[in-house]
Amino acid sequence: MSIVRIERDQKHSRAEIIRREADEPRSKLVRFGKDKPLKLDAGVELAPYQIAYQTYGELNADRSNAILICHALTGDQHVHNVHPVTGKDGWWDSIVGPGLPIDTDRFFIICSNVLGGCMGTTGPASKNEATGEPYGLSFPVVTIRDMVRAQAALLDHLGIDQLLCVTGGSMGGMQVLQWAVTYPERIFSALPIASAARHSAQNIAFHEVGRQAVMADPDWRNGKYLTEGTSPHRGLAVARMAAHITYLSDAALHRKFGRRLQDRELPTFGFDADFQVENYLRYQGSSFVERFDANSYLYITRAMDYFDLAGEHGDVLANAFRKLKSRVCMVSFTSDWLFPTEEARQIVHALNAAGAPVSFAEIETDKGHDAFLLDEPELFAIVRGFLDAAAKKRGVKAPK
Amino acid sequence: MLTSTNPGAFTAQSIPKSPRLDLVVVANMVEPGSRVLDVGCGDGELLQLLSETRDVDARGIEISRDGVNECVAKGLAVIQGDADTDLADYPDNTFDYVILSQTLQATRKPRWVMEQMLRIGKRVIVSFPNFGHWRIRGQLLWYGRMPITKNLPVSWYDTPNIHFCTIRDFVDLARELDVKIERAVAFGPSGGRVRFDAPWWFWNLFGEQAVFLLSRKH
Repeated sequence: MSIVRIERDQKHSRAEIIRREADEPRSKLVRFGKDKPLKLDAGVELAPYQIAYQTYGELNADRSNAILICHALTGDQHVHNVHPVTGKDGWWDSIVGPGLPIDTDRFFIICSNVLGGCMGTTGPASKNEATGEPYGLSFPVVTIRDMVRAQAALLDHLGIDQLLCVTGGSMGGMQVLQWAVTYPERIFSALPIASAARHSAQNIAFHEVGRQAVMADPDWRNGKYLTEGTSPHRGLAVARMAAHITYLSDAALHRKFGRRLQDRELPTFGFDADFQVENYLRYQGSSFVERFDANSYLYITRAMDYFDLAGEHGDVLANAFRKLKSRVCMVSFTSDWLFPTEEARQIVHALNAAGAPVSFAEIETDKGHDAFLLDEPELFAIVRGFLDAAAKKRGVKAPK
Repeated sequence: MLTSTNPGAFTAQSIPKSPRLDLVVVANMVEPGSRVLDVGCGDGELLQLLSETRDVDARGIEISRDGVNECVAKGLAVIQGDADTDLADYPDNTFDYVILSQTLQATRKPRWVMEQMLRIGKRVIVSFPNFGHWRIRGQLLWYGRMPITKNLPVSWYDTPNIHFCTIRDFVDLARELDVKIERAVAFGPSGGRVRFDAPWWFWNLFGEQAVFLLSRKH
């Protein structure tokens, strides 16, 4: 594997590209004015704000075939189209498309950039209308629940009362679970993948390493780098490298790279990227900084850290799901040590105790947490079967 | 003890395709529209039969990952779990029926599993292969070897079945657990049903399979 760098548009700096995509995204957009503020868990109201989103397929006559996809920490709304910044295919092209398990011929699929993100939904890189400058650290700390509230506002705007399904992996799965708790009546079914009802101490610890790497970069400038025209890309790249290790399993890393050397026969006895695995991580880091805002990384990792569904309900997770009547299918992966099966099982027990109709499948794979993004035939069969059953139960008709 | 086998309830015509006879017998014991848990649901054949023909809210637990994934892909509500431990997680009286179909003999703690099922379900249906059937007795008697039959085709060293019992053994367990046997059905290899007014010893000899519907007395 050789280093492939994303060739940045040389006319514009990283800061300019980030700011442009945050304020004028190449995506569908809805703006909410001062008359429709978003109430945040932090106790403040955000207004005005905007949500950037993509849709695929068509809404049917009785508006019953809508599926909301919630993206993960470093994902965005570009599920099934060429990414406007990187030029790469959609991040869930493997499962979303005509005839695929999340079938664009039958369903109306929505994915919005999360609150606090950097691809067009209001976040720290967005312009604060009060000052004319990017929010930076003056952006309020947001939670997973705030993200879900923003998605609900988008659904109101689209005129969709109840989703056929809400799905997503990792942090996307957290949003799915939050939907099940906050808006149980607005979801017919829920499909959280590789997720948990709370962020574990170990996961918070990993996030803190990433945040410290960003903040230790002198170009971070106390969060004001966009105004000052710098880019803490070194810190953000390190954060991404560290995080990326947690998305894979030891077995997957070994299968992919082993101890093989990069384009050389012998070690250099220096600190160049001698090993293929080093080269791979450097690539992951350097490509990430071209499309992601460092402050967004801080805010979104924080939102995940604060996530604790049981905590909102007297530490009894089952109580969180008391009002839920929707069908739930929880999926985990055997080699996922970031969101291990045990976490999924606790959710399943709680859903069972709350009387919700729940399915739970653990898929055997050595690909680690990232398995939900990859070609996993068993996952595809489960998603297809679950969505088909939900559509049948709800009597969903195909769009004309 | 045997109250009624209600032969009228057994109407195979109401079931499309032709599912396994023991599953049809079990399905016909379930009141339409009830809440059902199938413990050890395998690939979901019974759950599917129940959802299609009895309009029930059907859930399943299955230990094998392949079985679970197959069920979920069929759109059934099934979770991966171990009957020997996970039944403890369910609250009392969660289900109208808890079903243990061809699984009792594969549990590590059959008595504990039975107690748990009677706790979380208002009624319990158990189907199992009768180890007291004359063919099995015959194989032990004449060859002195662990029996291998059409229903129990796996050698002793490979079988998941670790707690075989006979119909009479099961009736004894039901007595010990102080439960009411509401209905019982036994049938032979060709599907012929053992006469419901026959005594237990006759059932035990000629019933290859047995299905019991139980409920708590208290």
